[in-house]
Amino acid sequence: MSGRIHSLESFGTVDGPGTRFVVFVQGCPMRCAYCHNPDTWSMVGGKQMEASEIIEQYERNKAFYQNGGGLTVTGGEPLMQVDFLIELFTLAKERGIHTCIDSSGIAFKPDNQAFIEKLDKLMPLTDLVMLDIKHIDPEKHKELTSQPNDGILAFCSYLDKKGVDMWIRHVVVPGITDDDKYLFDLGYFIGQFSNLKALDVLPYHTMGEAKYEKLGMEYKLKGVPAMDKDKVLDKKKVILDGIKKRRSEMS
Amino acid sequence: MKPEWKDFVGGKWEYEVNVRDFIQKNYTPYDGDDSFLAGPTQNTTDLWNMVLDLQKQEREAGGVLDMDTKVISTITSHGPGYLDKSKETIVGFQTDKPFKRSMQPYGGIRMAEKACADNGYTLDPEISEFFSVHRKTHNAGCFDAYNPEMRACRSAHVITGLPDAYGRGRIIGDYRRIALYGIDRLIEDKQAQKESTGRVMTDDVIRLREEISEQIVALKLMKEMAASYGCDISKPASNVQEAIQATYFGYLSAVKEQNGAAMSLGRTSTFIDIYAERDLKNGTFTEEQIQEFIDHFIMKLRCVKFARTPEYNQLFAGDPVWVTESIGGVGVDGRPMVTKSSFRYLNTLNNLGAAPEPNLTVLWSTRLPEAFKKFCAKMSIKTSSIQYENDDLMRVTHGDDYGIACCVSSMVIGKQMQFFGARANLAKCLLYSMNGGIDEVTKKQVGPKYQPIAGDGPLNYDDVMSKFTDMMEWLADVYVNTLNVIHYMHDKYCYERAQMALHDRDVLRYFATGIAGLSVVADSLSAIKYATVTPIRDEDGIIVDFKTEGEFPKYGNDDDRVDTIARDLVSTFMKMLRRHHTYRDSFATMSVLTITSNVTYGKATGNTPDGRKKGQPFAPGANPMHGRDTHGAVASLSSVSKLPFQSAQDGISNTFTIIPGALGKEDQVFAGDIEVDLSK
Repeated sequence: MSGRIHSLESFGTVDGPGTRFVVFVQGCPMRCAYCHNPDTWSMVGGKQMEASEIIEQYERNKAFYQNGGGLTVTGGEPLMQVDFLIELFTLAKERGIHTCIDSSGIAFKPDNQAFIEKLDKLMPLTDLVMLDIKHIDPEKHKELTSQPNDGILAFCSYLDKKGVDMWIRHVVVPGITDDDKYLFDLGYFIGQFSNLKALDVLPYHTMGEAKYEKLGMEYKLKGVPAMDKDKVLDKKKVILDGIKKRRSEMS
Repeated sequence: MKPEWKDFVGGKWEYEVNVRDFIQKNYTPYDGDDSFLAGPTQNTTDLWNMVLDLQKQEREAGGVLDMDTKVISTITSHGPGYLDKSKETIVGFQTDKPFKRSMQPYGGIRMAEKACADNGYTLDPEISEFFSVHRKTHNAGCFDAYNPEMRACRSAHVITGLPDAYGRGRIIGDYRRIALYGIDRLIEDKQAQKESTGRVMTDDVIRLREEISEQIVALKLMKEMAASYGCDISKPASNVQEAIQATYFGYLSAVKEQNGAAMSLGRTSTFIDIYAERDLKNGTFTEEQIQEFIDHFIMKLRCVKFARTPEYNQLFAGDPVWVTESIGGVGVDGRPMVTKSSFRYLNTLNNLGAAPEPNLTVLWSTRLPEAFKKFCAKMSIKTSSIQYENDDLMRVTHGDDYGIACCVSSMVIGKQMQFFGARANLAKCLLYSMNGGIDEVTKKQVGPKYQPIAGDGPLNYDDVMSKFTDMMEWLADVYVNTLNVIHYMHDKYCYERAQMALHDRDVLRYFATGIAGLSVVADSLSAIKYATVTPIRDEDGIIVDFKTEGEFPKYGNDDDRVDTIARDLVSTFMKMLRRHHTYRDSFATMSVLTITSNVTYGKATGNTPDGRKKGQPFAPGANPMHGRDTHGAVASLSSVSKLPFQSAQDGISNTFTIIPGALGKEDQVFAGDIEVDLSK
């Protein structure tokens, strides 16, 4: 079957381990204020591509990806096209390709039985989920992204139960997501999961702003400065402290 | 076994000059990490500061600090030169003091005069007179033999960058032989070679006997030059310091006599490592001392300089020497050839700082030890000073003792050499084919008067291809024959006796041609085939521009429709070149590698159907045209990788720039292990 694809990147180095073939899907329900890919929001547009076409393109250049790299689907929100992912990853696993989903977790609804059944099929085909938690606090999350975060947090437990490796990503935006209390809480929350393998703390940058202008969209974070890269290391430490606290309580 | 060879594993190399056999029997592969490496000694830092100071003085002096205008440079023309004799563990400069450029008139007297004049010096008039009246140079020889067509092609830049006024370079002596065998043994070997030539005095035999005699003279002079520095290289080296010193004296002899376009070092690190391992084991030297020797060696290589003209520097974008040293690779038996000294060579970038010379080139294989790969990546990120080449590709043809001359030209050390032949401008050739051999810039008839494109309608692909193929045939012919003249004259008037003394008697000679403008032509032909290209004529009816309408596939996007055009261009032109007689039965090869001169070639070339404007640079080497590769790096590299190595055996280069942030994250946790951080 076909998926709705925004674009393909043949040399991805920041979207999972190693050098990766990255598929950007079209469509995302989140409206994160600092999203640097607002052109992937719309549920229409993009281009229809067969899963087999994508695998074919991957295979053409597999020499670049076979040494510790693989295939990453990001977006947009990949889990909005779960049927397509199942087919894509089935083909990938037949070829021994490392598979990764870069998701916000927004599509996860624990009580949507039909969706969970599909997800249950997808997880055995998935080697890694990179989950971007925008904010640990439900209210602040809604402010920032226009969506609640309860499903996202439940997605962590689900992945843990399924034994799928998980990397947590968090973007530190000055004055918005850099509060030490919430960062510690985030760490404390994710510290409970044994499938947590890595933490990727990203400094907010303003390079997305130009895209908004080009698309004629309002940029909500206008005037917010880029995050100082050195300070991010301290912020990361706060999250790690939260993880440590939770782990020490558990052991 | 000789006393200097104590503890070495013997073999064929004892009885014949065979450095490869010595290396394979004696080297110790190293798969550990960089933690053993030593920093710079105080002496190293002091000496390097002196070099930095000289570099500063040189810049302030406008590019040249000092030049010899009176003494013709030979292996022994100058007495010893030092930075600080008491601190140098490896000695030797091209002249009697550092940063003083030597005078080398054999390539061409006008070039020597101009190199002086342009830098504010005056060549001794007696030298000018001698090389104008009494002794012919390589340059004068070429112009005596060129025919009018060759001259026309040269001035129109359809063949260009030709080494007819400067040293061809690209010949790598096996400098290691001096360390392993000592000069006396090498002279004996050369004398035996001379005895072994045929008895019938054909041209070839006469030339060979004369050349071997020249080589023997060079070897004797090397010994004399070393003695002036208080070193005896008549016997084999007995430790790592002597081995490095002897190797360097060999290289130094070459750069004292040849101002070549590329004067490369070869593949010395694993050879040197055998001595280093023995000395470490026997307690002769410590790690700090061995690193110091290597640092001082590399420092000397960074001080190699030539007297050149601004035009030369423009063609090569600077004043490069191309002291290429090939590091690593994998042996034909499957053992990686990475040793501790491979690390030590790269460690000079830490101890002395980043630098473009020597051109440290890692022969990359998927099978290199992981720790070495990581170290290379680390050093590349830190210094941007390492070049990488595909050993897995070249080993198939060359085995495991080849080295790189210049940037990509591969040859087996001591057994093969090459005749460097610059480039043919394929983009200009395409325009000639449309204009019946008339140059689109000068409007002169340069190529043959073949049928030009008729009418004003859109170009027809088959028609253009047929005309272009004919014009390429013509270009291949005039190009090869021009090079035949050049290399005949270079051998005759500017023979590389020092480098060739460190080769076998019978060498394989590569006849290295090259092409410029590959991506311009591929995209132009693609435009003609897939879009609508209408020629625009000037008042004389010459096609000088194009109107290109519609989309067409562009080279650099992993699109077979155009990538096959590029591939076929390379193999077609190679086949055409190989149909011609080449000087000294050399084997014709081709390169796609204009790393810097693509700018100069572009300047001399008119508008092209791909949309490139007159005077705009070509893409470097086999690169896609700037900004036309829109499908990411892998797709771009993939297009390049389709070019057939067998038809471009002299090398394919792709210049690839990426911002560090786009190459991944340095963060350890992101490598996928959170426990690392939690333990802090």
